[in-house]
Parts: sequence; structure tokens; C-alpha cells
Amino acid sequence: MMTRLKTSLLAFALLVAGAGFAAAQEADQPKPPRQEWSFHGVFGRFDQAQLQRGFQVYREVCSNCHRLSIAFRTLEDPDGPGYSEAQVKTLAASYQVTNDEPNDQGKIFQRPGTPADVFPPPEAFPNDQAAAAALGKAPPDMWLLAKSRKYERGFPWFIFDIFTDYQEIGSDYIYAILTGYTHKDDPQWNLYYPGHKIAMPAPLQDGAVKYTDGTPGTVQNYAKDVAAFLSWAAEPTMVERKKIGFRAIVFLIVLSVLMYLVKRRIWADAH
Amino acid sequence: MDGHSTYVPKSGFARWLESRLPILGLAHSSFVSYPTPRNLNYFWTFGAILSVMLAVQIITGVILAMHYVPDSKLAFDSIEHIMRDVNYGWLIRYLHTNGASFFFLAVYLHIFRGIYYGSYKAPREVLWILGMIIYVLMMATAFMGYVLPWGQMSFAGATVITNLFTAIPLVGTGIAHWLWGGYAVGDPTLNRFFALHYLLPFMIVGVVVLHVWALHVVGQNNPDGVDVKDVKRDTVPFTPYATVKDMFVVCVFFVIYAWFVFFIPNYLLDADNYNPANPLVTPAHIVPEWYLLPFYAILRAIPNKLIGVLALAAAIGLLVLLPWLDTSPVRSGKYRPMFRFFFWLFVICCVGLGYLGSQEVSASATLVARILTLGYFGFLLVVLPVLGLVEKTRPVPTSIADAVLPKGAAAAE
Repeated sequence: MMTRLKTSLLAFALLVAGAGFAAAQEADQPKPPRQEWSFHGVFGRFDQAQLQRGFQVYREVCSNCHRLSIAFRTLEDPDGPGYSEAQVKTLAASYQVTNDEPNDQGKIFQRPGTPADVFPPPEAFPNDQAAAAALGKAPPDMWLLAKSRKYERGFPWFIFDIFTDYQEIGSDYIYAILTGYTHKDDPQWNLYYPGHKIAMPAPLQDGAVKYTDGTPGTVQNYAKDVAAFLSWAAEPTMVERKKIGFRAIVFLIVLSVLMYLVKRRIWADAH
Repeated sequence: MDGHSTYVPKSGFARWLESRLPILGLAHSSFVSYPTPRNLNYFWTFGAILSVMLAVQIITGVILAMHYVPDSKLAFDSIEHIMRDVNYGWLIRYLHTNGASFFFLAVYLHIFRGIYYGSYKAPREVLWILGMIIYVLMMATAFMGYVLPWGQMSFAGATVITNLFTAIPLVGTGIAHWLWGGYAVGDPTLNRFFALHYLLPFMIVGVVVLHVWALHVVGQNNPDGVDVKDVKRDTVPFTPYATVKDMFVVCVFFVIYAWFVFFIPNYLLDADNYNPANPLVTPAHIVPEWYLLPFYAILRAIPNKLIGVLALAAAIGLLVLLPWLDTSPVRSGKYRPMFRFFFWLFVICCVGLGYLGSQEVSASATLVARILTLGYFGFLLVVLPVLGLVEKTRPVPTSIADAVLPKGAAAAE
């Protein structure tokens, strides 16, 4: 009797799970393939050279249309791109930014950037409306792109993700989009974009950016590097988080074991 | 449960204070000498976990409120300011967002524990109802908290949930406008949600005090569901026995919590909420946070909006009536084989509804959701009342000591 009840319970649970599985399989959208990232996993760290190359791609290609609302100074982050103070000063000064406050004549004025300033919007598109008017759709701000983009993991993978520490969904998505322009005759057809019609025409071509460290200038490399850079830009505190997290978890596990031993000792005379 | 306050003030100051405000004695009788049944299993540790999580949420929340700006133009950026520029702001925020999920995880295990072992049955009806009030306050608090970052999903969630009120005939639209403070979700909505999100946790604290008070009047239920007959044989004092067990479990719970906070902090958040709210763009796929998904699935399973909203309210409301829906005189599921079978079916229905609530609407998903909705209500409205009348229960032990202590030891004591 009990075994029969248990079997029917299990069968019902499997039926429900199966229905969910079937629902998840209905979509015909290919899923972005998983990439190897240096910042994956408990001990994952950003690759400084890769972030610098990624920033170069952003600066020479993406920044024509996309803004990036991070402060110049954050590029000094030693866990991130790790540029020197002097490099960041020079970089900031090469941009013209609009001063927040008017000058003593009451005029809002432009001045060279300082490390404390945020990257100004692309010159051609001072605001989203201007970009939308010219391009049909405003290109998104890229600062949180690696966290705001996702693809459906589906059952049962979303459960495995808890244990495998998979948090690079956005990075994989960005890489997939940038390498997903597989129809040569249609620059706005993308294999991985939902519905395949993407507003952004293929932005990267082989050789478009000249790397100085000998890395081959291929679309794959550009895509990988800029996706890594955007992953840092979306979460510049990731390395600090993982460092503290490792110590916190080791501490908590040791504390749990000690608490268990104390508990066993105290309860020893109660049973 | 009377007469377990054995507190004797030791120092001069304690004697002085105790004769003016017997707060030390109260603390002593509540958390030191309070007798806890000796057969409690680890499912009886979620009360402690929940107290700790409530404290974590309030402390991190107060710190976040120091940096957060409740203005529809600034809210989103102020969160990123916390994440990037405030010292350990990312830690405080991730503790808070994941803390909400872990708070709910613990409360669901606590509630299912209560159902399995019949903890709502006489004389614990008021204790159970207070718990349900806490649960509803938690849902309201969590929902309003989710709106505060003012991302795409915040905005969509606020719109969907407040729009539920428009299903009410005649006054529905008026109520929605009153909640919004305008004709759509906007700045006034965000401001009042922030005010209420700060207020409700302290109301939760108030009801928690009543919950603990009620618990200490009637005493804890236990896995065998039999009353304490002999305090000496059936119980152990709260300190050190329950305290050390609770501390151990809180540590283990924190290991899992820390894994989420430090290594997959965005796993439970919707990626779309890292896009600033834009009333002109509706997300392709609106989903609430996981802890509200079963109710969302029930709402979507019903084609009529008003009936859907009523079913949603009933799904929560009926839980309050559990003490009267369950007619069985035996408390613990341990001695109710048929009940156990249906209990696990009920759990599968809840988890299944939760999964379907996260999926896009399709004909097959809606069909399964309807079957599971029937299962959910069937358990509460048909199975529980009928089972108590027809079920053959197994014999219940005469006392807690008989249930746990080895036969010889129990006789010798």
C-alpha cells in the first residue's frame, strides 16, 4: 500500500516535471553557447590585458553609438582594467564634457573631462531621442549590459546553475550576439537575437581594431574582449566580492562544524 | 507551561531592576528556562532562522535607505551608486535582495512543517493565524521592495499587481488610482512604496512578538503531536539545548545564503530589472519573484480576471482557515498515512505551480496549471475536511518521552 502510494507520488512529480520540460523545449531559438571566461568560478579574476583590449574595442567601435555611464576613474581599478592614474587623466582630458553647473556668466559650458567625470554620451547622439530619431531605436547604455541581458536556461539547467556558479549568462549572450551575424547578405539578421531581426547592424569586422599586444584582430577576439570588458563594467566589485566570499564561506563552514560538535556534546545526556 | 520561570536575580543591579521592570525574568523564562519538547527535529529550527533573517533584512535595509533615493528619475542610478561607490554597498544590497529570498525559503519550510505536523490545531489556532498575518505582511513588503530599484521588472510588477484591484466591480479603478497616487504607476507610487517598505518590517516585528508570545502560552507542537504531560520527562530547557541547536542550523543556513550572496548574487533576480523602468516598453515576459510564482500561476490559470483575483486571495485566505478545515483529531502527519500522501501531492502542486508561473503562457502549460490549481484547492477544501472523518490513523504514543527515549530509559527515569 505505502509503496504504491509512493510510486504514484513519484510518477505524478515526474509528470509535472515532464510537462515543464516539454514547455521549455517548445522555443526554436538557439541558445548562446557557453564560453570560457577568466572571471568564471569561485577563484575567477578578470584578465587585465583582455579588459584593456575590450576597452579599446568599446572606444573605437561601440562608443560611436552607445554610451557607457561609468566614471573614468573606475578604469584605474587594479582588479579591473588597471590603467595608471596618468593614463586615465590623459584619457579623460581627451573628452569634452558638459559642466553640471553654469559658469559665472550663467552659461552651461563644455570643458575637458577629469577622472571623476562619467563618460559623455556619443557625440552624434547627445540623448536617447536623438539616437532613436537617427537609428530607429536608441542603442542601450552599455554599463549594465552584461547584467541586463539573458537567455532562458530552461529546466533542468537552471537548477544546475546554482551549483556550477554560472553567472556569465550576460557575457555569453553579448558574445553570441556579436558573433551571430551569420547571414552575409543581411547585416541585421542575428542567429541569437530573439526573432532574429536586430536593430544593430553587424558592428565588428575582422581587422577593424588594431590590437597592440599581438592578439589577432578577429571578430571572435573583439567580441570576447569587449564582452569581458562589459562584464567588468557591469560589476566592477566582482573580484572583491569573490575574495571576501571565499573567506566568509570557509569561516561559516568551520563555525558550523564547531557548532555541530558543541551541539552533540550538549545533547549527549538528553537522549 | 506555568511556573517555569526559575529566575533569581544574582547581582544587586539585577534585583533592583527586576523589582521595577521584570524584564530579565521575562527574557529568562522565554529563552532560557522555557521547556521545549525533547523530540523536536531540525524542522523546528526555522523560527530561529526567521528571527535572524528578519534582523538581517532590517539592518541591511536601514543602511540601504541611507543611500537610496525614492525618486523615479534617480532611484535606478542610486542603486548603482550603492553597488559601485558606497563602501561595501554591493555586499549590503546583495545581502538584502538575496535575504528576502532566503527569508521566504525559510518561511515556506516553516509553514510546510506546520501543515505536516498539524501545528495549527487546537490550541494553536491563534498562533497559526498570527503566522499567516506575518506571511501576508512579508509578501506585501517584498513586493514593494522589488519596486524600489525602478527597473523594468519593478515597473511591470507594480503595474500588474496594482492592476489586480481594477478587477473589483465599481470601486476597483478608484482603488487602483488611489494606490498609484495618479492615473498610472509613477513617482507618487514609488514614494509611498518606499515609505511602506520601511514601515511594514516593523509591523512584522510587532506581530512576531505576538507570535512568540502565543507560542510561549500554548507551547511548541512536536513531531509526535502529543501534549507535554510531564515537563521533567518530556522537555528540555530552551538554553542550552534549543539555543545551541538553533545556532548550529543558522550557521548552516548562512553557508547557503553566503553562496548566493557572494557567488550567484543575481541568480534570483530578473536580468531585465537591470534595465531602467521605461513605461513605453513592456517586458516580453513579466514574472514576479520566485516566492510569489505559485499564486501568479493560479491567477493566470483562470480565464476570468475577477475570479482569478478571488482565487488568488482564496489561495492565501484558506490557509488561515486550516485549523477548521482539517477535521482530524490527530495532529502529526507521522500517524496519518493517507494525509501524508495527500500532503506530498499538495507540495508537488505548489512547486509545479511555481515552475509554471515562471514559464510563458502556452496551451499545455495552462492546462497543467489548471489541474494543479484544482489540486491546491482540492487539498484544502476537500481532502483535509474529509480525511479527518474517514482516515484510519496509527496509534499515537502516550507521551513524548515514550516516543523518543529508549524503552528501558523511559521507564527508569
